Amino acid sequence: MFRVETQPNEMAFDISLDGHPVGAREGETVAAVLLRSPPFHARRTTISGSRRAPFCMMGVCFECVLDVDGIRQRACMTVVRPGMQVARIAGVVKVG
Amino acid sequence: MEGAERIWDVIIIGAGPAGMSAAEVIANAGFRVIVVDEQPAPGGQIWRGIERRKDDAEGVAAVGRFRSCDASYLPETRMWQLEPLESGQGWRVYLAGAGRAFWRECRILLLATGAYERPSPLPDWTLPGVLTVGGAQILLKTSLQIPDEPVWIAGAGPLPLLYMVQLLKNGGRIAGYLDTSPKGGLRRSLSLLWPALRADWRGLLRGLGWQARLRFAGVRVWRGATDISAQADSNGGSLREVSFRDAAGRHRRARTSVLLLHRGLLPVTDASRAVGCAHDWVESQGCFAPKLDEWGMTSRDDLFVTGDGAGIGGADAAVLRGRLTALGILLRLRGPEEMVASTDYLHQADVIRTRLARLLHRQHFIDALYPPPGIDDVGDDVLVCRCEEVRAGTLRAAIAEFPDGGPDEIKIRTRCGMGACQGRQCGDALAGIFATARGKSMADVGIFRVRPPIRPLSFTELATLGVPEPIAKGDLNDDI
Repeated sequence: MFRVETQPNEMAFDISLDGHPVGAREGETVAAVLLRSPPFHARRTTISGSRRAPFCMMGVCFECVLDVDGIRQRACMTVVRPGMQVARIAGVVKVG
Repeated sequence: MEGAERIWDVIIIGAGPAGMSAAEVIANAGFRVIVVDEQPAPGGQIWRGIERRKDDAEGVAAVGRFRSCDASYLPETRMWQLEPLESGQGWRVYLAGAGRAFWRECRILLLATGAYERPSPLPDWTLPGVLTVGGAQILLKTSLQIPDEPVWIAGAGPLPLLYMVQLLKNGGRIAGYLDTSPKGGLRRSLSLLWPALRADWRGLLRGLGWQARLRFAGVRVWRGATDISAQADSNGGSLREVSFRDAAGRHRRARTSVLLLHRGLLPVTDASRAVGCAHDWVESQGCFAPKLDEWGMTSRDDLFVTGDGAGIGGADAAVLRGRLTALGILLRLRGPEEMVASTDYLHQADVIRTRLARLLHRQHFIDALYPPPGIDDVGDDVLVCRCEEVRAGTLRAAIAEFPDGGPDEIKIRTRCGMGACQGRQCGDALAGIFATARGKSMADVGIFRVRPPIRPLSFTELATLGVPEPIAKGDLNDDI
Protein backbone atom coordinates (compact mmCIF):
# COMPACT_ATOMS: atom_id res chain seq x y z
CA MET A 1 0.00 0.00 0.00
CA PHE A 2 2.72 2.47 1.06
CA ARG A 3 6.51 2.28 1.01
CA VAL A 4 9.39 4.37 2.38
CA GLU A 5 12.63 5.56 0.95
CA THR A 6 15.21 4.61 3.55
CA GLN A 7 17.43 7.52 4.45
CA PRO A 8 21.13 7.34 5.25
CA ASN A 9 21.95 7.71 8.96
CA GLU A 10 18.44 7.07 10.11
CA MET A 11 17.74 5.14 13.27
CA ALA A 12 15.74 1.99 12.64
CA PHE A 13 14.44 -0.55 15.12
CA ASP A 14 11.69 -3.11 15.55
CA ILE A 15 8.35 -2.73 17.23
CA SER A 16 5.97 -5.58 17.92
CA LEU A 17 2.75 -5.66 15.87
CA ASP A 18 0.37 -8.38 17.05
CA GLY A 19 3.39 -10.21 18.40
CA HIS A 20 5.45 -10.02 15.18
CA PRO A 21 8.50 -7.77 14.83
CA VAL A 22 8.12 -5.04 12.18
CA GLY A 23 10.64 -2.39 11.17
CA ALA A 24 10.10 1.18 12.32
CA ARG A 25 12.09 4.38 11.97
CA GLU A 26 12.77 7.01 14.58
CA GLY A 27 10.25 9.85 14.64
CA GLU A 28 7.53 8.18 12.57
CA THR A 29 4.08 7.24 13.82
CA VAL A 30 2.58 3.83 14.45
CA ALA A 31 0.11 4.65 11.64
CA ALA A 32 2.97 4.99 9.15
CA VAL A 33 4.18 1.50 10.12
CA LEU A 34 0.65 0.09 9.80
CA LEU A 35 0.23 1.40 6.24
CA ARG A 36 3.15 -0.69 5.02
CA SER A 37 2.30 -3.79 7.08
CA PRO A 38 -0.38 -6.03 5.50
CA PRO A 39 -3.27 -6.32 6.15
CA PHE A 40 -2.88 -2.59 6.95
CA HIS A 41 -5.84 -2.12 9.29
CA ALA A 42 -5.77 -0.88 12.90
CA ARG A 43 -9.05 -2.32 14.10
CA ARG A 44 -12.33 -3.92 13.22
CA THR A 45 -15.47 -1.96 14.02
CA THR A 46 -17.69 -3.07 16.87
CA ILE A 47 -20.83 -2.85 14.71
CA SER A 48 -20.17 -4.65 11.40
CA GLY A 49 -16.65 -5.92 12.07
CA SER A 50 -15.35 -4.08 9.00
CA ARG A 51 -11.64 -3.26 8.86
CA ARG A 52 -10.46 0.32 9.39
CA ALA A 53 -7.04 1.77 8.69
CA PRO A 54 -5.42 5.21 9.17
CA PHE A 55 -7.47 7.80 7.26
CA CYS A 56 -6.86 11.41 8.35
CA MET A 57 -3.38 10.99 9.94
CA MET A 58 -4.03 14.02 12.20
CA GLY A 59 -6.06 12.68 15.07
CA VAL A 60 -9.58 13.74 14.07
CA CYS A 61 -11.18 10.58 12.60
CA PHE A 62 -10.26 7.96 15.26
CA GLU A 63 -10.18 5.17 12.67
CA CYS A 64 -6.63 4.11 13.59
CA VAL A 65 -7.31 3.53 17.27
CA LEU A 66 -5.50 0.43 18.59
CA ASP A 67 -3.68 -0.77 21.69
CA VAL A 68 -0.18 0.56 22.29
CA ASP A 69 1.50 -0.96 25.33
CA GLY A 70 -1.93 -1.85 26.62
CA ILE A 71 -3.41 1.64 26.23
CA ARG A 72 -5.95 2.47 23.52
CA GLN A 73 -4.49 5.21 21.34
CA ARG A 74 -4.62 6.79 17.91
CA ALA A 75 -1.84 5.24 15.83
CA CYS A 76 -1.41 8.49 13.85
CA MET A 77 -0.67 10.50 17.00
CA THR A 78 1.68 7.96 18.58
CA VAL A 79 5.38 8.04 17.77
CA VAL A 80 7.17 4.67 17.68
CA ARG A 81 9.65 3.68 20.40
CA PRO A 82 11.93 0.62 20.45
CA GLY A 83 10.17 -2.37 22.00
CA MET A 84 6.70 -0.88 21.65
CA GLN A 85 3.92 -3.49 21.77
CA VAL A 86 1.17 -2.68 19.27
CA ALA A 87 -2.00 -4.77 19.03
CA ARG A 88 -4.80 -4.42 16.48
CA ILE A 89 -8.32 -4.40 17.89
CA ALA A 90 -10.45 -7.40 16.95
CA GLY A 91 -13.79 -5.60 17.05
CA VAL A 92 -17.09 -7.33 17.67
CA VAL A 93 -17.03 -10.82 19.13
CA LYS A 94 -20.21 -12.69 18.29
CA VAL A 95 -21.36 -15.16 20.94
CA GLY A 96 -23.77 -18.02 20.22
CA MET B 1 4.47 24.75 44.74
CA GLU B 2 2.42 23.60 41.80
CA GLY B 3 -1.04 22.16 41.66
CA ALA B 4 -4.36 22.19 39.96
CA GLU B 5 -5.46 25.07 42.22
CA ARG B 6 -3.06 27.56 40.63
CA ILE B 7 -4.75 29.87 38.14
CA TRP B 8 -2.90 30.57 34.90
CA ASP B 9 -3.40 33.82 33.02
CA VAL B 10 -3.99 32.08 29.70
CA ILE B 11 -4.37 28.51 28.48
CA ILE B 12 -3.97 27.96 24.75
CA ILE B 13 -5.23 24.79 23.09
CA GLY B 14 -3.14 23.99 20.02
CA ALA B 15 0.54 24.59 19.17
CA GLY B 16 0.19 25.32 15.46
CA PRO B 17 1.04 28.64 13.77
CA ALA B 18 -1.72 30.56 15.58
CA GLY B 19 -1.29 29.04 19.05
CA MET B 20 2.49 29.46 18.98
CA SER B 21 2.41 33.09 17.83
CA ALA B 22 -0.25 33.99 20.42
CA ALA B 23 1.74 32.25 23.18
CA GLU B 24 4.86 34.17 22.24
CA VAL B 25 3.13 37.57 22.44
CA ILE B 26 1.41 36.79 25.74
CA ALA B 27 4.51 35.27 27.38
CA ASN B 28 6.73 38.13 26.22
CA ALA B 29 4.31 40.57 27.88
CA GLY B 30 5.04 38.82 31.18
CA PHE B 31 1.87 36.79 31.59
CA ARG B 32 1.79 33.12 32.56
CA VAL B 33 0.61 31.02 29.67
CA ILE B 34 0.41 27.30 29.10
CA VAL B 35 0.06 25.69 25.66
CA VAL B 36 -1.61 22.29 25.36
CA ASP B 37 -1.17 20.20 22.22
CA GLU B 38 -1.95 16.64 21.13
CA GLN B 39 1.21 16.18 19.10
CA PRO B 40 4.64 15.28 20.48
CA ALA B 41 6.22 18.42 18.98
CA PRO B 42 5.02 21.96 18.18
CA GLY B 43 4.13 23.14 14.66
CA GLY B 44 0.54 21.98 14.09
CA GLN B 45 -0.30 20.07 10.91
CA ILE B 46 1.33 22.49 8.48
CA TRP B 47 4.68 22.36 10.29
CA ARG B 48 4.36 18.83 11.63
CA GLY B 49 7.76 17.33 12.43
CA ILE B 50 9.46 20.56 11.28
CA GLU B 51 12.19 20.35 13.92
CA ARG B 52 13.44 17.13 12.34
CA ARG B 53 12.82 18.07 8.69
CA LYS B 54 13.90 21.72 8.82
CA ASP B 55 12.60 22.18 5.25
CA ASP B 56 10.54 25.32 5.84
CA ALA B 57 12.50 28.30 7.17
CA GLU B 58 9.40 30.12 8.36
CA GLY B 59 8.20 27.08 10.29
CA VAL B 60 11.61 26.43 11.83
CA ALA B 61 11.80 30.07 12.96
CA ALA B 62 8.26 30.06 14.40
CA VAL B 63 8.85 26.85 16.36
CA GLY B 64 12.22 28.17 17.54
CA ARG B 65 10.65 31.39 18.86
CA PHE B 66 7.94 29.38 20.61
CA ARG B 67 10.46 27.02 22.20
CA SER B 68 12.53 29.92 23.52
CA CYS B 69 9.67 32.02 24.92
CA ASP B 70 8.50 31.61 28.52
CA ALA B 71 5.27 29.80 27.69
CA SER B 72 4.83 26.41 29.36
CA TYR B 73 4.18 23.61 26.93
CA LEU B 74 2.26 20.37 27.46
CA PRO B 75 2.70 18.10 24.41
CA GLU B 76 0.84 14.80 23.88
CA THR B 77 -2.02 16.16 25.96
CA ARG B 78 -5.72 16.07 25.02
CA MET B 79 -8.32 18.60 26.11
CA TRP B 80 -11.57 16.77 26.81
CA GLN B 81 -13.82 19.19 28.69
CA LEU B 82 -14.22 22.92 29.36
CA GLU B 83 -16.11 24.45 32.25
CA PRO B 84 -16.57 28.06 33.38
CA LEU B 85 -15.11 28.64 36.87
CA GLU B 86 -17.58 28.97 39.74
CA SER B 87 -16.46 32.60 40.19
CA GLY B 88 -17.82 33.31 36.72
CA GLN B 89 -14.41 34.58 35.59
CA GLY B 90 -12.19 32.16 33.76
CA TRP B 91 -12.22 28.52 32.75
CA ARG B 92 -11.35 25.10 34.07
CA VAL B 93 -9.75 22.99 31.35
CA TYR B 94 -9.80 19.22 31.71
CA LEU B 95 -6.83 17.47 30.16
CA ALA B 96 -5.44 13.97 29.73
CA GLY B 97 -2.03 12.68 28.82
CA ALA B 98 0.44 9.97 29.81
CA GLY B 99 -2.40 7.90 31.22
CA ARG B 100 -3.61 10.61 33.61
CA ALA B 101 -6.52 13.04 33.70
CA PHE B 102 -6.06 16.43 35.35
CA TRP B 103 -7.19 20.03 35.07
CA ARG B 104 -5.76 23.51 34.86
CA GLU B 105 -7.56 26.78 35.51
CA CYS B 106 -7.10 30.05 33.68
CA ARG B 107 -8.47 33.55 33.43
CA ILE B 108 -8.63 33.40 29.65
CA LEU B 109 -8.89 30.43 27.35
CA LEU B 110 -7.76 30.53 23.73
CA LEU B 111 -8.73 27.84 21.24
CA ALA B 112 -6.20 27.55 18.41
CA THR B 113 -7.25 24.14 17.16
CA GLY B 114 -6.93 24.85 13.45
CA ALA B 115 -8.63 23.09 10.58
CA TYR B 116 -9.15 19.62 9.17
CA GLU B 117 -10.19 18.20 5.82
CA ARG B 118 -13.86 18.25 4.94
CA PRO B 119 -14.87 14.57 4.87
CA SER B 120 -15.80 13.12 1.46
CA PRO B 121 -18.48 10.45 1.89
CA LEU B 122 -18.55 8.10 -1.12
CA PRO B 123 -19.21 4.37 -1.54
CA ASP B 124 -16.76 2.30 0.54
CA TRP B 125 -14.60 5.23 1.62
CA THR B 126 -13.95 3.35 4.86
CA LEU B 127 -11.75 0.75 3.13
CA PRO B 128 -8.09 0.53 4.13
CA GLY B 129 -6.25 2.29 1.30
CA VAL B 130 -8.63 5.24 1.13
CA LEU B 131 -7.07 8.23 2.91
CA THR B 132 -7.29 11.99 2.79
CA VAL B 133 -4.80 13.90 0.66
CA GLY B 134 -3.69 15.75 3.79
CA GLY B 135 -3.10 12.41 5.50
CA ALA B 136 -0.92 11.23 2.62
CA GLN B 137 0.98 14.51 2.76
CA ILE B 138 1.65 14.00 6.48
CA LEU B 139 3.04 10.53 5.66
CA LEU B 140 5.30 12.11 3.07
CA LYS B 141 6.39 14.96 5.35
CA THR B 142 7.01 12.97 8.51
CA SER B 143 7.96 9.55 7.19
CA LEU B 144 9.02 10.06 3.53
CA GLN B 145 6.37 7.46 2.85
CA ILE B 146 4.56 7.28 -0.50
CA PRO B 147 2.01 4.98 -2.16
CA ASP B 148 3.86 1.97 -3.58
CA GLU B 149 1.94 1.95 -6.86
CA PRO B 150 0.33 4.64 -9.04
CA VAL B 151 -2.21 6.47 -6.89
CA TRP B 152 -5.64 7.92 -7.69
CA ILE B 153 -6.50 11.31 -6.24
CA ALA B 154 -10.03 12.75 -6.18
CA GLY B 155 -11.24 16.18 -5.17
CA ALA B 156 -10.48 19.86 -5.58
CA GLY B 157 -8.36 22.60 -4.12
CA PRO B 158 -4.74 23.68 -3.84
CA LEU B 159 -3.73 20.80 -1.54
CA PRO B 160 -4.12 17.94 -4.09
CA LEU B 161 -2.01 19.95 -6.59
CA LEU B 162 0.73 20.56 -4.02
CA TYR B 163 0.72 16.93 -2.87
CA MET B 164 0.95 15.61 -6.44
CA VAL B 165 3.97 17.82 -7.12
CA GLN B 166 5.63 16.68 -3.88
CA LEU B 167 4.81 13.06 -4.66
CA LEU B 168 6.38 13.20 -8.12
CA LYS B 169 9.46 14.89 -6.68
CA ASN B 170 9.85 12.02 -4.21
CA GLY B 171 9.58 9.26 -6.79
CA GLY B 172 5.85 8.59 -6.53
CA ARG B 173 3.53 7.92 -9.47
CA ILE B 174 0.03 9.21 -10.20
CA ALA B 175 -2.56 7.10 -12.04
CA GLY B 176 -5.03 9.95 -12.39
CA TYR B 177 -6.50 13.06 -10.81
CA LEU B 178 -10.29 13.16 -10.63
CA ASP B 179 -10.78 16.93 -10.55
CA THR B 180 -14.23 17.60 -9.09
CA SER B 181 -14.04 21.41 -9.03
CA PRO B 182 -17.01 22.90 -10.88
CA LYS B 183 -16.51 24.52 -14.28
CA GLY B 184 -16.23 28.27 -14.62
CA GLY B 185 -13.52 28.73 -11.99
CA LEU B 186 -11.84 31.58 -13.83
CA ARG B 187 -15.13 33.38 -14.41
CA ARG B 188 -16.03 33.09 -10.71
CA SER B 189 -12.66 34.23 -9.44
CA LEU B 190 -11.42 36.69 -12.05
CA SER B 191 -12.66 39.80 -10.24
CA LEU B 192 -10.81 38.61 -7.12
CA LEU B 193 -7.54 37.93 -8.91
CA TRP B 194 -5.99 41.41 -8.62
CA PRO B 195 -6.44 41.76 -4.84
CA ALA B 196 -5.24 38.17 -4.46
CA LEU B 197 -2.10 38.95 -6.45
CA ARG B 198 -1.49 41.99 -4.25
CA ALA B 199 -1.92 39.76 -1.19
CA ASP B 200 0.46 37.01 -2.23
CA TRP B 201 1.61 36.99 -5.86
CA ARG B 202 4.41 34.56 -5.04
CA GLY B 203 1.93 32.04 -3.64
CA LEU B 204 -0.34 32.32 -6.66
CA LEU B 205 2.59 31.97 -9.01
CA ARG B 206 3.64 28.87 -7.09
CA GLY B 207 0.14 27.44 -7.62
CA LEU B 208 0.40 28.06 -11.38
CA GLY B 209 3.83 26.41 -11.30
CA TRP B 210 2.35 23.26 -9.73
CA GLN B 211 -0.24 23.01 -12.50
CA ALA B 212 2.43 23.49 -15.16
CA ARG B 213 4.65 20.85 -13.60
CA LEU B 214 1.79 18.34 -13.42
CA ARG B 215 0.93 18.98 -17.07
CA PHE B 216 4.58 18.60 -18.04
CA ALA B 217 4.80 15.33 -16.10
CA GLY B 218 1.81 14.05 -18.08
CA VAL B 219 -0.49 13.53 -15.10
CA ARG B 220 -3.87 12.42 -16.42
CA VAL B 221 -6.59 14.81 -15.23
CA TRP B 222 -10.27 13.85 -15.43
CA ARG B 223 -12.17 17.13 -15.24
CA GLY B 224 -15.76 16.84 -14.09
CA ALA B 225 -15.53 13.23 -12.87
CA THR B 226 -18.61 12.11 -10.93
CA ASP B 227 -19.96 8.98 -9.19
CA ILE B 228 -16.55 8.25 -7.69
CA SER B 229 -16.49 5.10 -5.62
CA ALA B 230 -14.06 2.72 -3.98
CA GLN B 231 -14.30 -1.07 -4.30
CA ALA B 232 -12.93 -3.77 -2.05
CA ASP B 233 -10.91 -6.81 -3.01
CA SER B 234 -12.64 -10.20 -3.06
CA ASN B 235 -12.31 -10.86 0.66
CA GLY B 236 -13.77 -7.46 1.45
CA GLY B 237 -10.52 -6.33 2.98
CA SER B 238 -8.78 -3.44 1.31
CA LEU B 239 -9.24 -1.06 -1.60
CA ARG B 240 -8.72 -2.73 -4.97
CA GLU B 241 -10.47 -0.55 -7.50
CA VAL B 242 -11.70 2.98 -8.08
CA SER B 243 -14.58 3.67 -10.45
CA PHE B 244 -16.08 6.92 -11.74
CA ARG B 245 -18.03 8.50 -14.57
CA ASP B 246 -16.01 10.77 -16.85
CA ALA B 247 -17.20 14.13 -18.17
CA ALA B 248 -18.74 12.39 -21.21
CA GLY B 249 -20.75 10.15 -18.89
CA ARG B 250 -18.76 6.98 -19.57
CA HIS B 251 -18.27 4.59 -16.68
CA ARG B 252 -14.60 3.89 -15.97
CA ARG B 253 -12.75 1.70 -13.51
CA ALA B 254 -9.13 1.15 -12.58
CA ARG B 255 -7.20 -1.06 -10.21
CA THR B 256 -5.40 0.69 -7.37
CA SER B 257 -4.51 0.14 -3.74
CA VAL B 258 -4.55 3.82 -2.71
CA LEU B 259 -7.24 6.46 -3.31
CA LEU B 260 -6.77 9.91 -1.79
CA LEU B 261 -9.66 12.32 -1.18
CA HIS B 262 -9.83 16.07 -0.57
CA ARG B 263 -12.78 18.48 -0.51
CA GLY B 264 -11.29 21.54 1.18
CA LEU B 265 -10.92 22.43 4.84
CA LEU B 266 -13.22 22.99 7.81
CA PRO B 267 -12.43 24.90 11.01
CA VAL B 268 -12.30 22.66 14.11
CA THR B 269 -15.29 23.86 16.14
CA ASP B 270 -15.90 20.98 18.54
CA ALA B 271 -14.82 22.80 21.72
CA SER B 272 -16.57 26.08 20.93
CA ARG B 273 -19.75 24.15 20.06
CA ALA B 274 -19.51 22.04 23.22
CA VAL B 275 -19.66 25.16 25.42
CA GLY B 276 -22.47 26.71 23.42
CA CYS B 277 -20.68 29.58 21.65
CA ALA B 278 -22.69 31.20 18.87
CA HIS B 279 -21.57 30.14 15.37
CA ASP B 280 -22.17 31.69 11.97
CA TRP B 281 -22.61 29.92 8.66
CA VAL B 282 -19.84 31.11 6.32
CA GLU B 283 -21.32 30.73 2.85
CA SER B 284 -18.10 31.33 0.88
CA GLN B 285 -16.29 28.53 2.74
CA GLY B 286 -19.30 26.27 3.33
CA CYS B 287 -18.66 25.92 7.04
CA PHE B 288 -19.71 27.02 10.50
CA ALA B 289 -17.28 29.27 12.33
CA PRO B 290 -17.54 30.78 15.81
CA LYS B 291 -19.02 34.29 15.97
CA LEU B 292 -16.13 36.50 17.12
CA ASP B 293 -15.66 40.13 18.10
CA GLU B 294 -12.85 42.25 16.61
CA TRP B 295 -10.36 40.69 19.07
CA GLY B 296 -11.36 37.08 18.51
CA MET B 297 -13.54 36.67 21.61
CA THR B 298 -16.50 34.31 21.25
CA SER B 299 -20.01 34.89 22.59
CA ARG B 300 -18.76 33.38 25.89
CA ASP B 301 -16.73 35.69 28.15
CA ASP B 302 -12.99 35.07 28.31
CA LEU B 303 -13.09 32.41 25.59
CA PHE B 304 -11.20 33.33 22.41
CA VAL B 305 -10.70 31.54 19.09
CA THR B 306 -7.86 32.23 16.67
CA GLY B 307 -6.14 30.86 13.56
CA ASP B 308 -7.88 28.70 10.97
CA GLY B 309 -10.40 27.71 13.67
CA ALA B 310 -11.84 31.21 13.17
CA GLY B 311 -12.18 30.63 9.39
CA ILE B 312 -9.78 29.20 6.83
CA GLY B 313 -6.98 31.62 5.89
CA GLY B 314 -3.73 29.66 5.71
CA ALA B 315 -0.68 29.43 7.97
CA ASP B 316 0.59 32.99 7.47
CA ALA B 317 -2.86 34.40 8.19
CA ALA B 318 -3.04 32.14 11.27
CA VAL B 319 0.20 33.64 12.59
CA LEU B 320 -1.25 37.15 12.19
CA ARG B 321 -4.55 36.13 13.77
CA GLY B 322 -2.65 34.60 16.68
CA ARG B 323 -0.82 37.87 17.34
CA LEU B 324 -3.99 39.94 16.99
CA THR B 325 -5.96 37.73 19.37
CA ALA B 326 -3.05 37.81 21.82
CA LEU B 327 -3.24 41.62 21.89
CA GLY B 328 -6.97 41.40 22.61
CA ILE B 329 -6.22 39.00 25.45
CA LEU B 330 -3.51 41.33 26.85
CA LEU B 331 -6.00 44.22 26.85
CA ARG B 332 -8.45 42.11 28.82
CA LEU B 333 -5.81 40.88 31.26
CA ARG B 334 -4.35 44.32 31.95
CA GLY B 335 -7.68 46.06 32.22
CA PRO B 336 -8.34 49.70 31.34
CA GLU B 337 -5.98 51.24 33.94
CA GLU B 338 -2.84 50.60 31.95
CA MET B 339 -3.57 53.13 29.28
CA VAL B 340 -0.07 53.48 27.90
CA ALA B 341 0.26 49.80 27.14
CA SER B 342 -3.28 49.79 25.76
CA THR B 343 -2.62 52.57 23.26
CA ASP B 344 0.42 50.68 22.09
CA TYR B 345 -1.62 47.47 21.69
CA LEU B 346 -4.35 49.29 19.77
CA HIS B 347 -1.79 50.65 17.34
CA GLN B 348 -0.11 47.23 16.87
CA ALA B 349 -3.53 45.68 16.34
CA ASP B 350 -4.40 48.15 13.60
CA VAL B 351 -1.18 47.33 11.76
CA ILE B 352 -1.90 43.58 11.99
CA ARG B 353 -5.53 44.02 10.92
CA THR B 354 -4.47 45.86 7.78
CA ARG B 355 -1.96 43.14 6.86
CA LEU B 356 -4.47 40.38 7.65
CA ALA B 357 -7.27 41.92 5.57
CA ARG B 358 -4.88 42.24 2.64
CA LEU B 359 -3.63 38.67 3.00
CA LEU B 360 -7.13 37.19 3.21
CA HIS B 361 -7.82 38.32 -0.39
CA ARG B 362 -5.75 35.29 -1.42
CA GLN B 363 -8.24 33.05 0.41
CA HIS B 364 -11.26 34.81 -1.15
CA PHE B 365 -9.80 34.00 -4.56
CA ILE B 366 -9.21 30.33 -3.63
CA ASP B 367 -12.74 30.08 -2.18
CA ALA B 368 -14.21 31.33 -5.47
CA LEU B 369 -12.01 29.05 -7.56
CA TYR B 370 -12.87 25.99 -5.44
CA PRO B 371 -16.32 26.67 -4.00
CA PRO B 372 -17.48 24.40 -1.15
CA PRO B 373 -18.97 21.19 -2.56
CA GLY B 374 -22.49 20.05 -1.78
CA ILE B 375 -23.52 16.72 -0.32
CA ASP B 376 -26.66 16.07 -2.39
CA ASP B 377 -25.11 13.49 -4.69
CA VAL B 378 -24.35 11.11 -1.81
CA GLY B 379 -26.32 7.90 -2.36
CA ASP B 380 -28.50 6.30 0.31
CA ASP B 381 -26.12 3.37 0.76
CA VAL B 382 -23.07 5.55 1.54
CA LEU B 383 -21.81 5.53 5.14
CA VAL B 384 -21.95 9.11 6.42
CA CYS B 385 -21.05 8.36 10.05
CA ARG B 386 -17.98 6.14 9.90
CA CYS B 387 -17.88 5.49 13.66
CA GLU B 388 -21.48 4.35 14.18
CA GLU B 389 -21.85 3.11 10.58
CA VAL B 390 -24.91 5.18 9.72
CA ARG B 391 -25.84 5.45 6.04
CA ALA B 392 -27.22 8.50 4.21
CA GLY B 393 -30.50 6.63 3.59
CA THR B 394 -30.98 6.03 7.32
CA LEU B 395 -30.50 9.74 7.95
CA ARG B 396 -32.93 10.72 5.17
CA ALA B 397 -35.53 8.30 6.57
CA ALA B 398 -35.13 9.69 10.10
CA ILE B 399 -35.38 13.27 8.82
CA ALA B 400 -38.68 12.33 7.13
CA GLU B 401 -39.94 10.40 10.14
CA PHE B 402 -39.30 13.17 12.70
CA PRO B 403 -40.41 16.33 10.91
CA ASP B 404 -40.19 18.49 14.06
CA GLY B 405 -36.65 17.53 15.01
CA GLY B 406 -33.41 19.32 14.19
CA PRO B 407 -29.96 17.77 13.60
CA ASP B 408 -29.70 16.98 17.34
CA GLU B 409 -32.86 14.88 17.13
CA ILE B 410 -31.54 12.99 14.09
CA LYS B 411 -28.28 12.39 15.97
CA ILE B 412 -30.14 10.84 18.91
CA ARG B 413 -32.43 8.75 16.69
CA THR B 414 -29.72 7.33 14.43
CA ARG B 415 -26.52 7.59 16.58
CA CYS B 416 -24.96 9.57 13.72
CA GLY B 417 -22.21 11.63 15.36
CA MET B 418 -22.15 9.70 18.65
CA GLY B 419 -18.97 7.72 17.98
CA ALA B 420 -15.34 8.25 18.90
CA CYS B 421 -14.73 11.08 16.41
CA GLN B 422 -17.53 13.10 18.05
CA GLY B 423 -19.17 13.98 14.76
CA ARG B 424 -16.11 15.57 13.16
CA GLN B 425 -16.48 13.21 10.18
CA CYS B 426 -20.28 13.35 9.78
CA GLY B 427 -21.56 16.62 11.30
CA ASP B 428 -21.02 18.64 8.15
CA ALA B 429 -22.62 15.95 5.92
CA LEU B 430 -25.61 15.47 8.22
CA ALA B 431 -26.27 19.23 8.25
CA GLY B 432 -26.09 19.29 4.43
CA ILE B 433 -28.40 16.30 3.97
CA PHE B 434 -30.80 17.76 6.52
CA ALA B 435 -30.88 21.19 4.86
CA THR B 436 -31.63 19.66 1.44
CA ALA B 437 -34.33 17.33 2.77
CA ARG B 438 -36.14 20.14 4.59
CA GLY B 439 -35.50 22.76 1.91
CA LYS B 440 -33.79 25.02 4.43
CA SER B 441 -30.53 26.93 4.41
CA MET B 442 -27.51 25.65 6.35
CA ALA B 443 -27.62 28.81 8.47
CA ASP B 444 -31.15 27.90 9.60
CA VAL B 445 -30.37 24.24 10.16
CA GLY B 446 -27.18 24.63 12.20
CA ILE B 447 -25.04 21.71 13.27
CA PHE B 448 -25.54 19.24 16.10
CA ARG B 449 -24.17 19.88 19.58
CA VAL B 450 -20.93 18.33 20.80
CA ARG B 451 -20.96 16.58 24.17
CA PRO B 452 -18.02 16.00 26.49
CA PRO B 453 -15.66 14.29 26.51
CA ILE B 454 -14.51 16.28 23.47
CA ARG B 455 -11.73 13.70 23.10
CA PRO B 456 -12.19 10.08 24.22
CA LEU B 457 -11.03 9.36 27.73
CA SER B 458 -10.47 5.95 29.32
CA PHE B 459 -11.97 5.06 32.70
CA THR B 460 -8.43 4.36 33.89
CA GLU B 461 -7.49 7.95 33.02
CA LEU B 462 -10.70 9.35 34.49
CA ALA B 463 -10.04 7.51 37.76
CA THR B 464 -6.85 9.56 38.25
CA LEU B 465 -8.76 12.88 38.16
CA GLY B 466 -8.19 14.79 41.39
CA VAL B 467 -5.50 12.40 42.62
CA PRO B 468 -2.36 14.43 43.48
CA GLU B 469 -0.18 14.47 40.43
CA PRO B 470 3.55 14.32 39.95
CA ILE B 471 4.98 17.72 39.01
CA ALA B 472 4.97 18.13 35.25
CA LYS B 473 8.19 19.43 33.77
CA GLY B 474 6.44 22.07 31.71
CA ASP B 475 4.81 23.66 34.76
CA LEU B 476 8.06 24.63 36.45
CA ASN B 477 9.26 27.49 34.31
CA ASP B 478 8.69 30.31 36.77
CA ASP B 479 8.57 28.37 40.01
CA ILE B 480 12.07 28.34 41.42
